[in-house]
Formats: sequence, C-alpha cells, structure tokens
Amino acid sequence: MEPWINAGVALGKLLILANIVLINVAYLVYWERKLSAWAQSRVGPNRVGPAGLLQPFADVLKLVLKEDIVPTQAYKPIHTLAPFLALFVAFTSFAVIPIGPDITIADSAWQAIFGDSFSFAIIPSINPGILYILALTSIGVYAITMSGWSSGSKYSLLGGVRSSAQMISYEISMGFSIAGVVLLAQSLSPQAIIESQSGWMWNIFVQPIGFITFVTAAFAETNRLPFDLPEAEPELVGGYHTEYSSMKFGSFFLAEYANMTTASALIVLLYLGGWQVPYIEKLGLSETLTVIIQVAAFFLKVAALLFFFIWVRWSIPRFRYDQLMSIGWKVMFPLALINLVWVAVIAMIFN
Amino acid sequence: MTLEQVLFGFFALVAVVSAVMMITGKNPVVSALFLVLNFGALSGTYVLLRAQFIAVVQIIVYAGAIMVLFLFVLMLLRPDREQSYFKDKPQMKLLAIIVGVLMLAQIAYAVLSTTTGKVAEEASRIETGTIENIGRELYTTYLLPFEAIAFVLLTATLGALVLSKKKLD
Amino acid sequence: MDFNLSDITGYLPLVILAAVVLISLVIEMYIKSAPKILPWLTVISFLGLSYQSLLTIGKPGSFFNNMLATGGHVNIFWFLFNFGGAVVALITIDYLKKTEIYHGEYYILLQSSVLGMMLIAGAKDLIMVFVGLELMSLTFYILAGFARKRLFSNEAALKYFLLGAFATGFIVYGLALIYGSSQTLNIDKLYEHFTFESKNIVGIIGLFLFFAGFAFKIASVPFHMWVPDVYQGAPTSTTALMSTVGKAAAFSALIIVVSPAFGKEKATEILTPLVATFATLSMVYGSITAIMQTDIKRMLAYSSIVHAGYMLIGLAAGNKEGIDGVIFYLIAYSFMNLGAFGLISVLEGKEEKNLAISDYTGLGSKYPVLAGLLALFMFSLTGIPPFAAFFGKYYVFMAAIRADLLWLAIVGIAASAISLYFYLRVVVVMYFGKDESKFEVTSSNPALTGIIVSALLVILMGVLPGSIIDLIAKF
Repeated sequence: MEPWINAGVALGKLLILANIVLINVAYLVYWERKLSAWAQSRVGPNRVGPAGLLQPFADVLKLVLKEDIVPTQAYKPIHTLAPFLALFVAFTSFAVIPIGPDITIADSAWQAIFGDSFSFAIIPSINPGILYILALTSIGVYAITMSGWSSGSKYSLLGGVRSSAQMISYEISMGFSIAGVVLLAQSLSPQAIIESQSGWMWNIFVQPIGFITFVTAAFAETNRLPFDLPEAEPELVGGYHTEYSSMKFGSFFLAEYANMTTASALIVLLYLGGWQVPYIEKLGLSETLTVIIQVAAFFLKVAALLFFFIWVRWSIPRFRYDQLMSIGWKVMFPLALINLVWVAVIAMIFN
Repeated sequence: MTLEQVLFGFFALVAVVSAVMMITGKNPVVSALFLVLNFGALSGTYVLLRAQFIAVVQIIVYAGAIMVLFLFVLMLLRPDREQSYFKDKPQMKLLAIIVGVLMLAQIAYAVLSTTTGKVAEEASRIETGTIENIGRELYTTYLLPFEAIAFVLLTATLGALVLSKKKLD
Repeated sequence: MDFNLSDITGYLPLVILAAVVLISLVIEMYIKSAPKILPWLTVISFLGLSYQSLLTIGKPGSFFNNMLATGGHVNIFWFLFNFGGAVVALITIDYLKKTEIYHGEYYILLQSSVLGMMLIAGAKDLIMVFVGLELMSLTFYILAGFARKRLFSNEAALKYFLLGAFATGFIVYGLALIYGSSQTLNIDKLYEHFTFESKNIVGIIGLFLFFAGFAFKIASVPFHMWVPDVYQGAPTSTTALMSTVGKAAAFSALIIVVSPAFGKEKATEILTPLVATFATLSMVYGSITAIMQTDIKRMLAYSSIVHAGYMLIGLAAGNKEGIDGVIFYLIAYSFMNLGAFGLISVLEGKEEKNLAISDYTGLGSKYPVLAGLLALFMFSLTGIPPFAAFFGKYYVFMAAIRADLLWLAIVGIAASAISLYFYLRVVVVMYFGKDESKFEVTSSNPALTGIIVSALLVILMGVLPGSIIDLIAKF
C-alpha cells in the first residue's frame, strides 16, 4: 500500500472521529447541565432551541465573541500555548482507540484503498498503543502546569502545582492497573486487549480491584470531582484557568470534556470489553450487522460511563488536598499492586 | 531522500534548536520547557532507530515525571531572571569558549578519523525495540544487572528517607 | 539461560548479602530491639561471608550469562570488602550512639554498599561495573550526610554527591564510547576488537574517560578536590568505610577493565604515561599538602591521595606483578586506615571535638594502649619495615622497575620520605608533648576489638608477606 494512500485514509478517519468527539463534547456539556439540574430539582437549559438543544452552540459562540484578555503579568507565549496543548493532548489520545473490530476486506476495489483489513482506530499500527496513551497523559500535565505558571497569578500557580502533583501521583496507580490488563492480554496493542476479553471475560469481572483503581485514577487524571482540586472554586477562584478568557478558556473547557470522553473510552477498552458484545456470534447475524451492533455497543458503554462521571460529580463532595494525596499513595497504589499480584497468579494458573 | 531521512532531519533539527534555546534562554522555566521539547524530538529519533519502547518510556519518564518535578522547583523558587554568571566573571567566559572550542575540535577529530563500525544485524530489525524483546533480554541476559538495579533503587529510596524526613525515629 | 542449582555456591555470598539487606529492613521496621540486633547481624553476616569467600577461592566460575565471575582475585576482593565491612560495623556501634545519630538505616546502607562493591569486583560486563558502582556510590553519598544535623556532614554529602554524579557522567560517557568502538560490553571480548591504532580514537577517549571517572572514585589528583572536605565532614565511621574498602572497590574495577588493555600492542605507549602521570601527581601533591594539615581527618585524607598514587604505580607497570602488588597493597592499606580511623572515632568527642592533631598531646601517657595502636598504624602508613605497607610498596615498586619505570619508583620513594614527616608528627605529639591530655575517652569494646584485629592483620601481613602474595599471585 502506498504511504500517501495510507496517510489519506488516516486523515479521513481523523476528520470523522474528531467531529464525533467534538459534537459529543458539545452535547456532553449540555447533558451535564441537564443532569445537574435533575440532581438539584431544577429545569436546566431550555431556552435555545427545542428543550435547549442548541444551547452548546450558543455557548461556543459567546466564548468566541468575547474579548481575549491576557494579564500584564503573564508570560505571553506560554500563556497562549497552554490551552492548545491541552486540546492537542485530549484529542490525540483518541488516535489509538479502536471503536470497532478489524474488518477483513475481500473486495479488491476496497483493498486498493484500505489494504487487506480495515481498522477503526486512526493509527492502528502503533505497537505499544497503551503506552502511547500513557505518554500523552503525562504530556497533559504540562498544559495545566504551564497555564498555571504563565498566568502570573498565585491562584493559577497553586492550581497548576496542585494538579501536576495530583496527576503524577495518580499516574502511578493508573500505570500499575494497566499493567494488570496488559499482563492478562499479553500485548500492549489496544485491539489485542479488547480481543482478549471475549465472552464475559471482561476485565471488570476478572480484576475488579484493578477496575476500581483505574477508574479512580481516571477521575483524578481528568481533574473531575471528587478530585477537581486544581479548580477548587472556594479556595482558588478558578484554579489554573483563572486568568483565561474567551476561546482560550473555552479550549480548557473543551479539553476537560474531551479528556472525560477519552478516559471513558479507555476504561471501556481496558475493562468493559471494548466493542465486544458477549456471544453475539452465536446469534447468526450478518457480518455487517454484527459490526454495526458492536460499534454501537462501544458508544453505548462510553455513554454509560460518561453518565457515571457526571453522576459522581453531582453526588460526592470534593476531597481535601492531603486526603487526596494519601488516598493516591496509601490506598490506590497498594491496591493496584495487589491487583497486579492477583492477575499474575491468575495468569500463572490458567496459562 | 526517503521518508526516514526527512523525519530524521526534522527531529534532529528540533532537538538541536531546542537544546540551544534551552541553554541560551534567560528564563529557567522556559529553558526547562525547551528541554521537554528536546526529549520529544529525541523520542522521535528513537522511533526511527526502531526502539519504540524506549521512545515512549522517554516521554513517560523524562518528560512526564522528572521534568515536571524540575518545573515544580523552578516555579516555586522563582529564581531571578537576570543573573548572569559571566557578567560577574568575564575571564570565565574566555575560558569557557576555549574549552568549548577544544571539545568541539576533539569531537570533530574523533568523528572524522574513526572508521565506522558495522551495525549489528539484529539492531536493524523492527522487532528489536519491542517491549517483548526488551523484556526477554532483561530477564535472561541482563537478569543480574536488572536485580542489582532494584537494590540501587531501594537504596536511593532509603537515602531520601534518611536524609530528608523531618522526624526520623 | 541455563539455571543450575549447583552453581549457586559460586555466587552464594551475593544472594546471602542481598537477603540480609532485606531482612534488616524488616527488622528495622517491625522489631523494637532492632538497635541491639542489627549491628551484630551485620558483623556476623560479614564475617560469615568473608569466610565463605576464602573457602571458595579456588573455584572459578562465571554466572548469569557471563555477567559475574567468582574465584581467584574476585574472592580475595570479596573477602576484603566483607572483612573490612565487619570492622567498620564494629567501629560504628558505639560511635553512632556517642554522636547521637543512631538510625538503623546505617547498617542497612553499609550492607548495600558492600553488596555494590562485591558486584564491581565480580563484574564480567561493563554494565555490572556501572550498576555496582552506582549502588556503592549512592550509599556513600547518604552515609556521608548521615549526621543530618551537622553542617559539615551536610556539606560533605552534597559536595560528594554533586562531584560524584559528575564523575559518574564521565564513566557512562566513556562506557558509551567504548561500546561504540568495540561493539560489546563483555570485558573478556572488550579488547578483541579494540586496537590502539590512531583509527580507534573514539575507543581510546572512552577508555580515558572511564579512567578519569574512576580516578575520582579512588581519590587521585587531579580529581581529588572532594576528598579532604568529604573525609572531614562525614561521620568518622563512614570515612573509614569509603577511604578503605570503597577505594579498594574502585581499584578492583580499574584492575578488571584497564589492566587487560596493557596486553595489547601499543597500549603501553598510550596508557602507561597516563596512569603514571596520575600516580606522580597524586604522590607529590598529596604528600606536600598533607604536611600543612592540622586536622587529623584531613591529614589522613591527603594521605589517602598519596596512597592512591602508590597503588597507581602498580597499575602503570601493567604487568602481573604490578596487579598482585596493588591487591596486596589494597588489603594492607585498608586495614591500616580502618585501624587509624577506628581510633579517631574512639577518641572523637561529641560535636566533632578532639579532631585536631594538637588535641592528641600527651595521649601517650594517659591512654597508652590507644596511643600505642595509633602509633603502630602511623608507622605502618609510613611504610616502616615490620608492617604491611612496607611490603605493599616494595611489590609495587619492584613491578614498576621491572616494567622500566624506574623514575616512577624513585618518585614513590621520595614521596614516602616526605610522608614520614606528617605521619610521625602524630606520634611525636602523642609521646613528647608537654601538656597533659585534656579529654576523657569513653572506651568502646566492639571498636577496640575491630581495631586490634586490624592491627594483628597489619602485623601479620608485615611478618608473613610471602605467603599472602603467593596466594594472590596464584590466580
């Protein structure tokens, strides 16, 4: 296959998937507002469009039209770079997540374009795909640290420092939880990890402790409540993005929701069997229909997790900072280690 | 020119420019960020050398963990921006230039006068840098150094505890 | 990898010591009477391991895919490290209590440092040299700063760490260049592809950098700047450890890696002048500067530089006699210095008092045993015949003469003559000083045991040098 055709296919997938994620993020904000209204017995957005459905577009328009203010104390190049870095990380992590199974192509006309098989991931060929996501997550720390420092404000700096400490701490338990999954799948490739969870052998059932530590770490990595210490409005005004306005603020906002989506997709990939629907092959459906159902199942699982993310936000209060750190190091890290040992024992018995 | 050479040129350029920017920058935080960029470019060259695992680990460990700690210290300490060592000691600048030129001449001589060694056969295959191969090597050929490094890390942890814990009972 | 259980007797000392480190950690964490158990566990395991090392001396072997060698010189070094470690542990017991810096971690770090040294001495691969060196150096940095509340100790740790990290950088860069030019890290195969022709300038620079890094670790001029401050600032028991067995470990790495290079053609033209320069500088600079010292730990620090110079003579000679001489010298030097530092730690008061040479005035009449032992070690350090160092110097100088390096031997003898002054000054002050000694010494039985054992070894090596050098030369 020609390299430029390959690049073209990847670009096409990128455009489609990026749009899906963007629209999804826009409506995620709407959904969050609706859910919070439900949680607090309010009505929520209902003015723009039918049932407030056009609200996200109005919000974005408002943000774009606002004046972009950079504080005089700010270090301008980095102040500008930070929100884009945040967006970059949030969107590129999605590149290796396969939303459906690989399809073998028999038709020679299609083979000319896609080669022998079609993959739903944008860059399917990265061998250590899971490590790629971990690497990007660790780059994500910089966006927040940079914005916090370059704003030239104490609130921002504190928010930035808090969040980087938090993300580094939870990255460890995250990495160890992933190690458990990788140990069982014997591969770092996302597709292989999903395929290893066939039937009801989802990792959530095989290694529940790992699931708990990973989800907790995912909450901390995305800076969502109960771990949204970097923003902690009562203490830090707005945290690392206190000094941002207009679309730069919007970028951080978008990045947060995009991160949430990526994290949910990652949880689905690692623990909920990815696009797998248990025993679907026994129903005797046609191949195309099977794939469609599987892709739909993936999105459904992600949506369920997103609901969980939002639900938790409106149900649980924020931790204190020292509590956060001691949970990260003294509870989650040992639990992740126990999980690793447990998985190693399982792997030893059944292999 | 193959795609590989173009990419190598790009990564090498980014690495060199960011390294120069890092040492000439006045602001330590910006210098640290250029160092992160440098790590990124290096990681790109590792991929070209078929060492994917090292490339990713370079980002996770160096950029993701170590440099963040550096940034922490730099941000919280807020070192003075305009503090030039050479301004106080102009004679040191001359010395530094002489040493630098000498080093450059030395490296240039060494590079130009050396016959290039042959690249080992297994290093050019794509499977060499995968995590499976690295893991296998670590647990067979390099088992003893691997275990010994565990003790190095244990000692380092113990040392950090001994030297910096406030109340050691 | 073939795993054979019968192999384990070869590297058993490493396994046992690693296990002891971990067990000590658990004891320190959970058992209340750890301060009583840990020191003696350390001493006993060190003694057992040194016995085991001597027992298996005649069984050469290589393990872990040719990463580790045992038998012969390796076991002699293992014996030295373990026995030296045991003496250090004995000295430490009361010293830590006296200076109120007792933490159980001291013994754990002591054990890990000896583990690192054993890895260096047994290394068959440059990676092993590096990992072992890191393990040893890291523990030294920490042990140097162990007296956390003393300013000098902190200074020593920081200085040692910064400069040591720099030296490690030299070594790593050197290793990279050596690997680049010889395409292997295995020491046996290292010099197969290695030529000393002008074409292989990368490899030769690599070897030079490697040597420079280790010159730092053995405290040789011009990489000696850290030595006086660190030796003075570190707790005395730590100084005893790093100035003796630590130096021996660094020398073992040089012997393993650099000495095979002398077998190659043209190598002597390049390497001998380099090593000889280091040796000359160390001897001349060290002995002249030591004259001016008023603090006894600083004086011994400069003396350590001088002795590094003497030992480098043996390396510069490049023949088998030279290497055997260096090993003999290392054993002799280790026990002399262990004894000397042990005595200093016994005499030292709280808050780093009684460390000036003038403080020892009149010690001879008040504490005749301590003064006598100190005088014995000072005589031995000078190289006066019935004691060990005389024969160490003799073997090293003879090797140099045999390698047509007469001038180097003469420089060595001249340096010995100068060093007579500063060693004997201590003796003169102790016995012919007019004032009465001002301070009280709390006696310490474990430390005295260690010191007397060292003294016996020094005398033994002086009386029966032939049988010991024969043992060393056999391999």
